[in-house]
Amino acid sequence: MAYTDAVRSRFRKILEEVREAGLSKDERYIRSEQGVKIMVEYPRGSEPREVLNFCANNYLGLSSHPKVVEAAQTGLRERGYGMSSVRFICGTQDIHRDLERKMAEFLGKEDAILFASCFDANAAVFEVLFGEEDVIISDRLIHASLIDGIRLCSAKRDSYKNANMKHLERKLQLWKEKARHICIVTDGVFSMDGILAPLDEIAALAEEYGAIVLVDDSHATGFMGKTGRGVHEHCGVVDKIDIITTTLGKALGGASGGVIAGPKEVIEMMRNRGRPYLFSNSVPPPIVYGALEVIDLLNETTELRDRLEENAKRFRTSMAEAGFNLVPGETPIIPVMLGDAKLANDMARELLEKGIYVIGFSHPVVPMGKARIRVQLSAAHTNEDIDHAVAAFIEVGKKLEVID
Amino acid sequence: MSSEMRDKILEFIRDEYLDDEDQVIDEGTSLITSGIVDSFSMVSLKNFLEDEYKISLSDEEASAEAFNTLNSILKLVRTKLGSE
Ligand SMILES: Cc1ncc(COP(=O)(O)O)c(C=O)c1O
Repeated sequence: MAYTDAVRSRFRKILEEVREAGLSKDERYIRSEQGVKIMVEYPRGSEPREVLNFCANNYLGLSSHPKVVEAAQTGLRERGYGMSSVRFICGTQDIHRDLERKMAEFLGKEDAILFASCFDANAAVFEVLFGEEDVIISDRLIHASLIDGIRLCSAKRDSYKNANMKHLERKLQLWKEKARHICIVTDGVFSMDGILAPLDEIAALAEEYGAIVLVDDSHATGFMGKTGRGVHEHCGVVDKIDIITTTLGKALGGASGGVIAGPKEVIEMMRNRGRPYLFSNSVPPPIVYGALEVIDLLNETTELRDRLEENAKRFRTSMAEAGFNLVPGETPIIPVMLGDAKLANDMARELLEKGIYVIGFSHPVVPMGKARIRVQLSAAHTNEDIDHAVAAFIEVGKKLEVID
Repeated sequence: MSSEMRDKILEFIRDEYLDDEDQVIDEGTSLITSGIVDSFSMVSLKNFLEDEYKISLSDEEASAEAFNTLNSILKLVRTKLGSE
């Protein structure tokens, strides 16, 4: 036992600072399955009540979809609960490989490989592919898991201002003679702003300067683009994005799991050298069955992503008409800009009182002075749900003098 | 010399990190603690200083403290130039 009072008091002091800065992570208990209508216990210990959920990444409403739940139950019955093994020892069922093939096909890539999460996929991908002679040039707003993945790799690093193509081109010029490979890294959708990376322009620059492009499409796979393949489809560059990483933990059923899709050599390198792949347990069979069902559903019809697109439009239009300041965009992530951190938190709290579950984001998650409420639409929201949310926003917005 | 160095580095920082043309920064503006430069994008500032002044900065030297203000950056570069 060396967990001394000194150690304890140091940790306590840090936690105290976190609390004082108002940055404590305060989890709210949901007493129902995930969905558009959920039962939330808040404040802690109070009677759970039904609210409309506008803050999940449940973009297609598949988290508790009857067909997905049923498929997972079948998986549980037919293939058991867990694998108790990494993939290469005795953790690979034929269904794991089926899902990898289906994901590759869905994303328009040669092959794909499954991870326990997209965080793991991003932690694996750079270290395997790049070394000291290479440079990774990343957008300044990429997800934390990409940053950590890049940090794990010995390649040189550089970055460009968010979605700023002039700046990216300057970086490409700077590095083109100085590196063996150049890899451009971006999120497909930037989840705090709900804006897209200009993948068509990135692909064109990559071609001109001979760079590899890696996109994390976690907030797009399943619904962006005409058939929901992602931002690369939306931008018309399915063939020009080399590597895609994405998650099964958002639109695609929301359970867990990550995917890397790309050229077959890249995938084979991951299978042989990806540390989170080699040293972490296999995705459980019920989740694999569920994800297979999700991909089948999305291949059958674009109904869900079409509905999501309409829902996002409906919300954006009504909120803009009401006078709210939104970040313009084409995604179902819609930030309502408020500026002040306290205002964002007050507004989110008042909206929850009115049965609308949204979250306020402030510094350091978003830049100082750019606090906001982030609203996320789902295909499972009805028109009434959306109108109800807008009405609540208007009422609270007037009360807090955000709108006239 | 020194005001030339100051102007040059300031121009690089503006160009490399600021989105908003009107944002005012000077020798004392905290770059890191204010989030203008984060620990990840700091590397381009390091590359720039190394290239421009033909110096080599170790990871310890290129610390968040040393890069926090233009003043501390100038001090670091001058120390390096003096010692090389
Ligand atoms: C862009 C992006 N990449 C990766 C992840 C991590 O995905 P997972 O939950 O599968 O680890 C997230 C989720 O927060 C994300 O938003």
